[in-house]
Amino acid sequence: MIMIRHELKQNRISLAAWTAAVGFLLVICILIFPEMKEEMDGVSDMFASMGSFTEAFGMDKISFGTLTGFYAVECGNILGLGGAFFAALCGVSVLAKEEKEHTAEFLLTHPVSRVRIVTQKLIAAELQVFILNAVIYAASIGSIALIGEEIPWKALSLLHLAYLLLQIEIAAVCFGISAFLRHGNIGIGLGAAAILYFLNLIANITDSAEFLRYITPFGYAEGSDIVTDLSLEWGLIGLGLAYGAAGIAAAYVKYCRKDIA
Amino acid sequence: MNAVEMKGLTKYYGKSRGIVELNLEVPEGEFFGFIGPNGAGKSTTIRTLLGLIKSSGGSAGIFGKDIAAEKNSILAEVGYMPSEAVFYPGMRVREVIRLSSGLRKVDCTREAEQLCSRLELDISKKVDELSFGNRKKVSIVCALQHHPRLCILDEPTSGLDPLMQREFFEILKERNAEGATIFLSSHVLSEIQRNCTRAAIIREGKLIACDSVEALSRTSARRVHVQGELSLHGLKEVRDLQQTGSGISFLYGGDIQTLLQVLAGHDITDLTISEPDLEEIFLHYYLNTGEERRDSDRTDSKENNGNGGEGK
Repeated sequence: MIMIRHELKQNRISLAAWTAAVGFLLVICILIFPEMKEEMDGVSDMFASMGSFTEAFGMDKISFGTLTGFYAVECGNILGLGGAFFAALCGVSVLAKEEKEHTAEFLLTHPVSRVRIVTQKLIAAELQVFILNAVIYAASIGSIALIGEEIPWKALSLLHLAYLLLQIEIAAVCFGISAFLRHGNIGIGLGAAAILYFLNLIANITDSAEFLRYITPFGYAEGSDIVTDLSLEWGLIGLGLAYGAAGIAAAYVKYCRKDIA
Repeated sequence: MNAVEMKGLTKYYGKSRGIVELNLEVPEGEFFGFIGPNGAGKSTTIRTLLGLIKSSGGSAGIFGKDIAAEKNSILAEVGYMPSEAVFYPGMRVREVIRLSSGLRKVDCTREAEQLCSRLELDISKKVDELSFGNRKKVSIVCALQHHPRLCILDEPTSGLDPLMQREFFEILKERNAEGATIFLSSHVLSEIQRNCTRAAIIREGKLIACDSVEALSRTSARRVHVQGELSLHGLKEVRDLQQTGSGISFLYGGDIQTLLQVLAGHDITDLTISEPDLEEIFLHYYLNTGEERRDSDRTDSKENNGNGGEGK
């Protein structure tokens, strides 16, 4: 437990900043929805007729005039991308930073097994993802209540669950990468998250790139599909969690055998 | 029981040499010095002993336990002070000390307070704001607060002012008197000479000497200071030749009769022949270019002194 507490304490400012930033943008989006709704008839037609751009963001399947449609695209993108970046940051830095900041010598010369260190650091990284998502979920519900709209519990909860699973997977994969890095490289994590996001956009644009949905977690966190079907694609989620499990397994294998510089 | 034991311990980083077939035994309760310049393999040896890196061959054990198999129980009895004192950013001194004891799952509050008091360490400060010397003090507290049976100290005094160095060695001597083993890695030879009972010298990854500090200091080589006109023609085994005003100074490892005969043929006004200090012994081992020379000098040292020290 001591490493979990230590990690949470070390990252409290980063967690607070990311939660505030993503939460603030999300709340602003929700608060401007009533005004947007009045102008949405024309806007929805415009968004629905932008060709590939429309398909890329799933705007051909939903209506911007409804809260769920608006939320799935606007808020979904904010939480999807912002949350993915945060999860990648948490995962990719948590092991590598010890060597980068030369604290590994301090930590690993205490009677703590590397398995315990990896486990507690993994829990700490995923816990931060949970905290960010819990706060944003609460802020989202509060904001919807504030603008007087009925809360679409199922659609909202499924959307947030999908983004939580997406972030857990990205954090776990980046955690695996972290074990291989000596000097820490936040860019690798952020770059990986961005690539996964754009892979999904490509998969949405063309049928020939449909297979990319089996690679990127954004494939099962497609807001427009979730609010339309009111269900999640558990097959893709299972595959994504398997990628995450592979990342975690790689982290244990590598870090427990690694020479610490 | 041996506190530290290495048998053929070898570490290569790819093709680069780290340490090569080190054989060393440090009995429990000893104040042991480990000498070598940068890059000789001191830190690699210590890192292998602590399980930070895996050896390429041989074995290393602490208190009879194999580091590869029983690392955690070994580390519970070891206090390690790295040469670089680096801690987590943003933490206060008291938090770092508490984290260290927490990782050991022991309450070291009283001992930590005493150490901080003796070392004049302000525990309310953030570690980022501390000077290198003060960070070394934090490192000392973390290494000693749990009363380890073995203290492994890598260049511990760099950054400490002379008064703190004295206090630090006082603490180490107390711990040693209580039964703790001290493994002191340093290239400050005077502190090895003052504090250690035995020492090993490492060169290019290989152990080239291991003996009591007294025996190492009593090598056959002598420091010779001569005032006057002279030529060293005819003298072999002359090293570290220096001009000193109107005379010269050199390390002489050859036959003393030959030296006196050569000197007698010159117009000299003053002559001093003394035992070199450990620093000069160190140079003697390092500047010596021939392996055979080194080996023969060590043999001479043992035979001449008859001290029974165990060379490795």
